[in-house]
Amino acid sequence: MPSPAAPALRLSDVSKSFGSVVALRSGSLSLDAGSIHALVGENGAGKSTLVKIIAGLYRRDGGTVEFQGQTVDFRSTAEAKAAGIAVIYQEPTLFPDLSVTENIFMGRQPTSRWGRIDRRAMRAEAAALFARLGVDVDPDRPADGLSIADQQIIEIAKALSLDARVLVMDEPTAALSGNEVERLMTVARTLRDNGCAVLFISHRFDEVFALCDTITVMRDGSYVSTDAITDVTVEEIVRRLVGREVTELYPKQDAEIGEVLLEVEGLTQPGLFTDVDLTVRAGEIVGLAGLVGAGRSEVAQAIFGVDEYAAGEVRMAGQRVPRRDPVRAMDLGLALVPEDRRRHGLVLDAPIARNITLATRGRLSRGGLLTSRRENATAKDWAARLEVKAAAMDTLAGTLSGGNQQKVVLAKWLSTAPKVLIIDEPTRGIDVGTKAEVHRLLSSLAGEGMGILMISSELPEVLGVADRVVVLCEGRKTAELSRAEATPESVMTAATAAAGPTTHGQEKVS
Amino acid sequence: MSATSTPPRTPEKGSATTTRTYADSARPLPLRLLLTRDAAVLGLLVAVVSYSVVAIPNFDSQLTIYFLVLDIAPILLIALPMTLVIVTGEIDLSVASIVAVTSVLFGVLTREGAPIALAAVLAVLAGALAGAVNGLLVTKLGLPSLAVTIGTLALYRGVAVGLLGTTAITDWPDTWTDAVTATFGESQIPVIVVPLAVAAALFGLLLHLTSFGRGLFAIGLSSESARFSGVDVERTKLVAFVLTGLVSGIAGVYFTLRYGSSRGDNATGLELQVIAAVLLGGVSIFGGRGAIPGVLGGVLLIGVIGSALRLDGQSANVIQIVTGVLLIASVVSAALLGWVSRRVRRRPPTAAEAAPPAVPTAGGM
Repeated sequence: MPSPAAPALRLSDVSKSFGSVVALRSGSLSLDAGSIHALVGENGAGKSTLVKIIAGLYRRDGGTVEFQGQTVDFRSTAEAKAAGIAVIYQEPTLFPDLSVTENIFMGRQPTSRWGRIDRRAMRAEAAALFARLGVDVDPDRPADGLSIADQQIIEIAKALSLDARVLVMDEPTAALSGNEVERLMTVARTLRDNGCAVLFISHRFDEVFALCDTITVMRDGSYVSTDAITDVTVEEIVRRLVGREVTELYPKQDAEIGEVLLEVEGLTQPGLFTDVDLTVRAGEIVGLAGLVGAGRSEVAQAIFGVDEYAAGEVRMAGQRVPRRDPVRAMDLGLALVPEDRRRHGLVLDAPIARNITLATRGRLSRGGLLTSRRENATAKDWAARLEVKAAAMDTLAGTLSGGNQQKVVLAKWLSTAPKVLIIDEPTRGIDVGTKAEVHRLLSSLAGEGMGILMISSELPEVLGVADRVVVLCEGRKTAELSRAEATPESVMTAATAAAGPTTHGQEKVS
Repeated sequence: MSATSTPPRTPEKGSATTTRTYADSARPLPLRLLLTRDAAVLGLLVAVVSYSVVAIPNFDSQLTIYFLVLDIAPILLIALPMTLVIVTGEIDLSVASIVAVTSVLFGVLTREGAPIALAAVLAVLAGALAGAVNGLLVTKLGLPSLAVTIGTLALYRGVAVGLLGTTAITDWPDTWTDAVTATFGESQIPVIVVPLAVAAALFGLLLHLTSFGRGLFAIGLSSESARFSGVDVERTKLVAFVLTGLVSGIAGVYFTLRYGSSRGDNATGLELQVIAAVLLGGVSIFGGRGAIPGVLGGVLLIGVIGSALRLDGQSANVIQIVTGVLLIASVVSAALLGWVSRRVRRRPPTAAEAAPPAVPTAGGM
């Protein structure tokens, strides 16, 4: 029997490395039953690794994990689940063709005599779960077409039906609209009142401060501090999680803003984005902000020509950029560093050199022939400039760390000498040190007269780096803010401006 | 409050202070050349040839080499563009049918009075057209090439048989048939080794030393990343299919003149030998990996084994069985090698994970 004083879950000095990359140096965390605990930290601070260790997805290299007073070492997610730990991810994965009820009871359907699945009992129990959570979801509808918010509710209901004692929510609100966030917070409070220990991971401090009882800060893979929420301020937390004053973090040199390079007019693709206008001038960094799912990446990919758009026009220095023709867009001086490095940015199984020279392979050819010698020479030059950490040019790109992979992608695009660089989530999943290098690089590129369109979900990054911020909400431009006008409040207001039940037709807000 | 946090490092701006240097390769050159599938295939080839020379009477005669070259010529020709197609992750099963339909077209055009040279050119162009149909169905409609080319395998063969029925056109002028089977002077070395070598060199250059070739590999490894990096995926694949059709057309003309016969059932089953040779030569069926030297080794291996078995008095069935086994063996060995190398690479973390005991002590690393 666990002693009543023991925390529901306690991690001490937990570490985890992948090869030479240390993902988690020293993670510590203590969750109490009947309490909501916030875990905050920048991307790459080790939060996700910590969660995956709790979930049984990774096994720790060192440290201790105690669950209700007992030392545990989960070897699989099934073991963690059986012990009473449930994890709700940002984007749950349900079986789309099965009903909500079937999803909740997948693999452990209640059976009647003769082993037949007792559908009525199952349905009744699902309805009871939703009643307990105080939400209105039809247990019979298929999971396909449910909003992300509703899918999370299904996952929570599943956790509840498993009688989870510890519930981890990994950035659950990142893709939710205002009303949906409210509902999720109500559900979290219900769970707390039922004696659950809830771990809530979020980048949004307003939610953290409104919801949580305790807050733990992590930085660079290590534990920093734990406090009662009432004892700290947002400013104090921000200072701890970046480890320095925010203003130092994102240096933007003053650059002379020149002529208009990229012009986008009335860009529209039904269902994704509507009537988007933007311009990027020489020497300017334009931030493209908005919530996840606001259509930012889709706009970027349409501009570069890898995706389709139905209406609108894109011009580079006055010249029309044709639709769906990335090769022509490159010729006109556009470059796109995509959000998904592993799927779009890199050929993971190809050497570093081939990755760096992939976009310039035509230019590097002499008399129609392209030699490894030429490729390696060019690639070495760019790798050195961006300080890619690798021993040899034939190292496969997929074996590099996230930050170095990003540098390889950057090297590929900078070697094309673009006039306008579109960069989608420039620092996602890379460590803090490299992050500062990337920001410094963007700033110095702008200083040299390059126009930069930067998409970022990290508000401090947008506010720190961008000269001008364009905000999208549900595919529409809702604000264009100068550096002086752009504050966390003004950007977030615009990013949630149109948020409401309009586009999430499927959802039912209780 | 902070346990072991390290301040983020702040490298000097401009990065000119310390310039990193890189090696071209993590491994020394001899090792790089030896540890490839190409080297393995060529080694196997040397072993099979050595064994055959010793154990099979007449294997080392000039006549054997003569027939070996004439027999493998169409396999070798088609294997070259087929390598490009398979490197992109696609496949073309219709090549033997294109050989047949171009052979028949060549025959019919000649019978109807067209000059032989013109008929040959038209047949080759028809081959390119057949390849373009494959390529367009795959790229424009996004259909899987396996399904498309099984369809056109039947379609083109049907057209070939339909044009000539069960008859054959065997009335070919000696000047043309002799030209194909000619040898250098008194030796038994066929003249066609020259165009074959030129074709192999051209495709080797195209695959390994051009920006087009780099695109082929990038597509095979990650067609999305290739597209995002300015590789015209559709056009590149289309070109590979057109080249395969074109070369199959050339093989069709060769086939007709070599055997002096234009028939609808010419080259039946040739696609199996071509694909077996390509895969045996170390080209990954999943795309993104492979090299022309290995493919040449694969073609020769198929040819040598066939010719050794024939000299040994084995029937065609046995040869076909051996070809099939080799095809499977080459795919299995590639998968096996990949699995082994992944295991080896993953070894260190696996050991580290296994290291902490069930009840870990503090700082277990």
